[in-house]
Amino acid sequence: MPLATVRTRVEAAAPDLHGTGSRATRILGAACLVGMATLLMLAFWLTNPDERVDEETNIVTGQFDAVRLLYVHFPVAIVTYTAFLVTAAGCIMVLWKNSTWWDNTAAASAEVGVLFCGLTLVTGSIWGRPIWNTWWEWGDVRLMTTTILFLIFVGYLAYRRTMTDPQIRAKRSAVVGLIGAINIPIVYKSVEWWENRTLHQQSTLAELKVEDLTLFAMIFGMTVFLMIYVWLMVHRFRIGWLEHQAETAGLAVAIAERRAQAPDDIRNAVTDTRSSLPDSGVDT
Amino acid sequence: MTHLGYLIAGWGISLGAIALYAGSLMRRSKVLSARVPVERRRWISTDD
Repeated sequence: MPLATVRTRVEAAAPDLHGTGSRATRILGAACLVGMATLLMLAFWLTNPDERVDEETNIVTGQFDAVRLLYVHFPVAIVTYTAFLVTAAGCIMVLWKNSTWWDNTAAASAEVGVLFCGLTLVTGSIWGRPIWNTWWEWGDVRLMTTTILFLIFVGYLAYRRTMTDPQIRAKRSAVVGLIGAINIPIVYKSVEWWENRTLHQQSTLAELKVEDLTLFAMIFGMTVFLMIYVWLMVHRFRIGWLEHQAETAGLAVAIAERRAQAPDDIRNAVTDTRSSLPDSGVDT
Repeated sequence: MTHLGYLIAGWGISLGAIALYAGSLMRRSKVLSARVPVERRRWISTDD
């Protein structure tokens, strides 16, 4: 066997000492890539465009190829809900158990959720232009509630950066996260509660009102994007863990250095005090 | 294929943003890993 091949195999088997990867994340990452390639084939090749012919007038209507955007828009919206629900669960656990693990989980999921919520808004806007003839509709309740959800969790992430004490940061940001999470059921139900104030249709997937392959592509897309969410979430969680460890290690080193310097400091401080005092004739 | 520009924009922005974010996570993880000893990274095992 050539030496280069042996070396490559040894390197591949060695643990990843310079990152947040593990065997599980590498397998999941490979599955995500294969899943995404399959989804692209489904979305662009195997599924048909949305076309309906009126039998009386022979006029063809539908979304045509723009329907292929829904194979990305719908899954990223589902991942957004999932990510912010995980954040909400983390926030509850922080307030209940005062847990660093859950605080890290909440923060990691919120960051990934903000990415997917932004993508939901962008892909929805791109789909809306050819179908609704508008990039953005200020009066649409689902658009507005989703935008508010996005902004609240951007605020949640920004608020976390303003505090350095981990305990205070965890508790205060958990309250903000829970306030944001209240918006999740409002976003989901908005098309039913205010059905006259939205361009969005009510749920058709839950009642299976779509074609078989389209339905399969939607559900498959949802699965692939949820796998991507898990992969991103695990890496982001481990980064949070590393940040915590680095903070703790840095604090421990600083305390040790300070303790080592303490006698010199005290000696210097006493010397300074002596020199600044008026001569009282008392030998201290 | 109709609406090709919209399709490329929608899918391209989505996959591009996810790839960029994944890349930024990898970069952050490498920088932070250098500051934390291996024994404190509990997802690393010799079976890996």
